[in-house]
Amino acid sequence: MARAPIGLALSVINRIAGNPLLDRFGLRNTVERTAYHGTRAGFRTLAMAGKEFKRISDWLPRQRLPEKKAPQLFDLNLDADQQMIVDSLSRLARDRLRPAAAEADEASAMPADIYEAAAELGLPLYATPEAFGGVAETLSPVTSVLIAEELAWGDMAMAAALLAPFSVAQAITRWGTGEQQSRYLPAFCEEKPPVATIAIDEPTPLFDPRVLQTRATQTGTGYTLNGTKNGVVLGAQSDLILVAAELNGRPRVFIVEHSDAIGIREDPAMGLRAAQTVSLTFKNLQLPDDALLGDDDFDYQIFLDHGCLLKCGLAVGTARAVLDYVIPYCNEREAFGEPISHRQAVAFMISNLAIEIDSMRLLTWRAASRAETGQEWHREASLARILCNEKAMEVGTNGVQLLGGHGFVKEHPVERWYRDLRSIATHFGGAHA
Amino acid sequence: MYLEIPKKFNPIVHQARQVAQEVFRPISRKYDRAEHAYPKELDLFASIMDGMNDGAADGGAGAGKISRSGSAGNGNANTNGINIKTVLGMIEICRGDVGLALSIPRQGLGNAAIAAVANEEQLERLGNTWAAMAITEPGAGSDSGAIRTTATKDGDDYLINGEKIYITAGERADAIVVWATLDRSKGKAAIKSFVVEKGTPGMTVERLEKKLGIRASDTAAVRFENCRVPKENLLGSPEISAGKGFAGAMQTFDNTRPVVAAMSLGVALAALEKTREILGKNGLDLSYQTQAWTQPAVTRELQFLEAELEAARLLTMRAAWMADNGHPNSKEASMAKAKAGRVGNAITLRCVELCSSLGYSETELLEKWARDSKILDIFEGTQQIQLLIIARRLLGKSSAELK
Repeated sequence: MARAPIGLALSVINRIAGNPLLDRFGLRNTVERTAYHGTRAGFRTLAMAGKEFKRISDWLPRQRLPEKKAPQLFDLNLDADQQMIVDSLSRLARDRLRPAAAEADEASAMPADIYEAAAELGLPLYATPEAFGGVAETLSPVTSVLIAEELAWGDMAMAAALLAPFSVAQAITRWGTGEQQSRYLPAFCEEKPPVATIAIDEPTPLFDPRVLQTRATQTGTGYTLNGTKNGVVLGAQSDLILVAAELNGRPRVFIVEHSDAIGIREDPAMGLRAAQTVSLTFKNLQLPDDALLGDDDFDYQIFLDHGCLLKCGLAVGTARAVLDYVIPYCNEREAFGEPISHRQAVAFMISNLAIEIDSMRLLTWRAASRAETGQEWHREASLARILCNEKAMEVGTNGVQLLGGHGFVKEHPVERWYRDLRSIATHFGGAHA
Repeated sequence: MYLEIPKKFNPIVHQARQVAQEVFRPISRKYDRAEHAYPKELDLFASIMDGMNDGAADGGAGAGKISRSGSAGNGNANTNGINIKTVLGMIEICRGDVGLALSIPRQGLGNAAIAAVANEEQLERLGNTWAAMAITEPGAGSDSGAIRTTATKDGDDYLINGEKIYITAGERADAIVVWATLDRSKGKAAIKSFVVEKGTPGMTVERLEKKLGIRASDTAAVRFENCRVPKENLLGSPEISAGKGFAGAMQTFDNTRPVVAAMSLGVALAALEKTREILGKNGLDLSYQTQAWTQPAVTRELQFLEAELEAARLLTMRAAWMADNGHPNSKEASMAKAKAGRVGNAITLRCVELCSSLGYSETELLEKWARDSKILDIFEGTQQIQLLIIARRLLGKSSAELK
């Protein structure tokens, strides 16, 4: 596996740092200073873009992307556009995300240069209709899922961070009013798009995204928002946050622009550390009357289903990373005089990883392809999610098991994947395919 | 990318569903109880099926048709052909009764073997025979390379000697495709398959097995004693060389495994459907919710099983699609068989549990499906054999390295 220069430097420094000779020769201070500066120079974290969204008077009418025509035949081929996107993102994942993943996890930060490199690919453009500066011509949840898979193969936490603004652009395209689309979408197509995210999760056990404690009440001029969201990807860096809240007894989504009145607390978790999850508190936060996402065609359940699709894409991508890692490991690692892959107990675990990963993938693809062609897809999305919730973690835990003690230490990425894969079943926010 | 059943197969799916509902389901319990009695209702049905196949513009479907399609590796072109069609039909028919499905004349595994290995002359002569398949012996099951039945050249004939067991439809079929070795010292390469017609002197049906499930399907043990077959009945090439013969015969399974996976899907679908119906009548809310853990345990379980079944179905469709498009699919066929076999069995067993004593009783067919499904995780390669095949492909290991 390729490693970034800074990663290599750090690993060398780590080994030197543990060396008792350093103390004997009085070298420790010098080395630690070098390490400090070396890290700082190579690791610039993502900051808020500081975007302002101006109200405009001559807004365009509401745009809805048309569905694709349903093909005649069962087909597992990707089309030329999908293949091109997959190819370029898999390069990004391999060359940039994977080499930086361990350090980003350790630092609990999204490296700014990677965010910028990904921004150059213009992911939000694929979410945004042409009228607002994007390139999207039809609904394309299949492509969204493929994007999530490829990025998560590199690193799930960074993928989540990269996909959060993309998801917001998707959601505004899918649900926004003409005014909301005209106000926010063009910004996503600029050279420096806003950082944005979706906040749904709340700190309660058995959290059901349809039963929200965060509440909005109508005022004469707009809405007042109260409640707490946690596990919010890039919550502190976001210029724009879509917040799920109950309004008149029904779950809805509000567009909330960055404000100092929002209480932000770090909420580091088991994994997804590079996504810098935070907890957000709204205390009588005043929102304008056009902050309610969408109008007559808004469907909260389908909004959630779009999140499930992308979550499943992330699960498949990281699960594939596990499989791709354990195969060469088990072929190279020897015990009792031969590679451990020669033992059925090991080999069968690997077969089962492959079976369950393809199971997750095909269910997700089917749900996405139904969504894309305008067919009922709530059942399919629910089935994909329930399977991914279960199997993603099975892949994660068996990935560590196959490496034995080596899987438990940070020298190998499987322990990180284990932590990240746990989040598939716990979070609903941050994603919209 | 599109993962729905193509519209052009709606007629066959519909027809097969009608057969399941109107022909198989009503006699399902009868032939489960009357093990070894020949389900004569099938004769009429078989001729209807023959008619359907012969008249089909795209070459029909079924065991005798699969594997001959597929233009080799045609890039990104897309074909939905006989393999997908057969799988779809089989799912529906086994929703009716898998034991009966295994007893449909001219749809035997032997027919798939003939279709896969026979030359043109043999295909012409034997293509319409109902052929069973005899591989397993008392001392060799999964290890089919270890069979002891011999075929000895004698003039223009071969003399077959040995004992075969677990031959599905072995007594009812018109012929049996028998695996035998030309020379035990030469290993797997010397294993060939021979078509032995019913009534050939020296071939004796020793007994019919009494079984846990698929009791409508007879399972025979057959002894061969100096059983003489013409040399023209050796399928494929008589040459003993690596890469030919055994390997070729094993390739039959790449095409038949998705079909057996489809059988498992059909049985599991029947059980899941029935269970949902029973529980729905009792007022259970079966709606799909994003947070499934706040629903009743049984709802969550049913949806999880449904997801597992759907995954197995898509893996099976993929394997069949690859065959239709000429892509090598050995790994994917085994993935489909492994997943469908175990998931089908788990679903049918859980459905019995969820319906309590009602599920366990012969009043419903749930207990029968739970017995029938077990064999589908065993024949055409056990769960463990599938995992072995998949692992060797993934890890790049030979059968000598990964035993």
